[in-house]
Amino acid sequence: MPLSSADFSAIWLTIKLASLTTVILLVIGTPIALWLSRTRSWWRGPIGAVVALPLVLPPTVIGFYLLLTMGPHGYFGQFTQWLGLGTLTFSFAGLVIGSVIYSMPFVVQPLQNAFSAIGTRPLEVAATLRANPWDTFFSVILPLARPGFITASILGFAHTVGEFGVVLMIGGNIPDKTRVVSVQIYDHVEAMEYAQAHWLAGVMVVFAFLVLLALYSSRNTKMGWS
Amino acid sequence: MTIRASRLAPTALATLIAACALGPAHADEVQVAVAANFTAPIQAIAADFEKDTGHKLVAAYGATGQFYTQIKNGAPFEVFLSADDTTPQKLESEGDTVKGSRFTYAVGTLALWSAKEGYVDAKGDVLKKNEFKHLSIANPKAAPYGLAATQVLAKEGLTEKVKDKLVEGQNITQAYQFVSTGNAELGFVALSQIYKDGKVTSGSAWIVPASMHDPIKQDAVILNKGKDSAAAKALVEYLKGPKAAAVIKSYGYEL
Repeated sequence: MPLSSADFSAIWLTIKLASLTTVILLVIGTPIALWLSRTRSWWRGPIGAVVALPLVLPPTVIGFYLLLTMGPHGYFGQFTQWLGLGTLTFSFAGLVIGSVIYSMPFVVQPLQNAFSAIGTRPLEVAATLRANPWDTFFSVILPLARPGFITASILGFAHTVGEFGVVLMIGGNIPDKTRVVSVQIYDHVEAMEYAQAHWLAGVMVVFAFLVLLALYSSRNTKMGWS
Repeated sequence: MTIRASRLAPTALATLIAACALGPAHADEVQVAVAANFTAPIQAIAADFEKDTGHKLVAAYGATGQFYTQIKNGAPFEVFLSADDTTPQKLESEGDTVKGSRFTYAVGTLALWSAKEGYVDAKGDVLKKNEFKHLSIANPKAAPYGLAATQVLAKEGLTEKVKDKLVEGQNITQAYQFVSTGNAELGFVALSQIYKDGKVTSGSAWIVPASMHDPIKQDAVILNKGKDSAAAKALVEYLKGPKAAAVIKSYGYEL
C-alpha cells in the first residue's frame, strides 16, 4: 500500500476536523444566515461583510492573527486560560475554532441565499395558521431550505478539508492532533518524498472531484448557490 | 520660464528612457534564492554589495526544500544560498549547477531560546527540568536546524520525555514564530534569528555547543541560469570576501 499509517491518521484527522467544523457551522451559521436574510437593520451590511472576510484574507494571515489572539498574550488566549483550559494553539480544539472562522462564509452564504429565496409569503401563511416561530422554522423554513443546507454542508466540509494556511500557522504539525492531510502533503514535498505526496494528493483530488460532482449533479441545490 | 520648462521636458523624458534602457547594461541584476534563516544577513550584505559593485541583488526567501522543487521546475534563480549542504550537492549531481561553484558560505549555530527573560539558563538545564508545555523545533525532515535539534535532544537522552511536547514549524522561521508569540515557552531556533552584534537581542537563550550535533553547513551554488551572469559571479566572490564574512559572523554564524 503506497499510503503509510501516518498518511491514514492524517486522513482520519482531516475527516474528524471537517465533520465537526461543519456541524458547528450549521448550528451557528443558521441563525446568522436567517437574520441576514430577514433583517432590515443597518447592521446587515457590516455583519455580512465580516462573515465574508475569510474569502478575502490569505489563510496564513488569518492563521498568524489566530496564533497571536489564541496565544498566552492574546485576548482569546487569556480568556481560555482564565477558564482553566490553557491556550488552544497546537490543539485539535484550536484547529476547530480556526476552521469555523475560515469556512464560515461557505456555510452562511448558501443558507442565506436559500432563506432569501423562500420569501415572506410562506412565513406569513404559517403565522396565520398560528404556527409559533419554532414551528415555522422546523415545518416551513427547514424543508424549503433543504437544498441550501445540503450545499452549505458540502461546501463547509470540502473547504475545511482543503484548509492549509490556518492549520500550518496554529497547528504545530503534531501527529493525530493537528497534522491534517494538506500539511502531510506539504511535509512530503518538503522532504522530497514526491511519490508519497503524489499518492496523498491523488486521494484528495478524487475526493474533491466526487464532492463537487455530487454538488453539481444535484439539481435541487441550485436554489442555495445562485 | 514656462517655455524653457516645456522645451526641457522632452529631453528629460528621453534621458529617463535612456537611463532605464541602458540601466541593465551597466549593472547586472542577480536573482538569489535565500534560505529563510539567512534573511537578515543577506539584506545587510546586499546593501554593501550593491554599493561596492553596482550590481543589483534581488532576493527571494524561503524553505530550502521548496527552492529545490522550484529550481528543478525552471525557477529563474541564478544563485542559491541553501540552509544545508545536501540540497546544493543534490542539485550539483543532477547537473543543475555551475561545476565547481559550490562552497560553504556559513555554518549555522543552534540556540535554545525563550522570549521570556531568565527562562533559559546558560547551560540548557531547563530542558531536563521539563516544566514547559511546548518545545518548538523546525521540521527535522526538511530543515537542518530541526534535525540538529533532534540530535541535541537525543544526546541529552530527552527524545522520549519531550515527545508529546514537541511542536513543529515547517521551517526555522515558523519555529521562531511559535516561541516569539509565546505559544511555545521555548524552542530551538537559529542563533542568527535572535543575535545581533555579538549578543542575544531579546529573551533568554542557550547557545548550543557545535559538538552536540552535526555541523549545520550552509552551502551556496551558482545555478545554470546564472552561468553567464557577471553579477552572479560577483556575488559569490563577495560572499567569500572579508566584508561579507564580518557581517555573517555578526549574526552568530561560524565560517
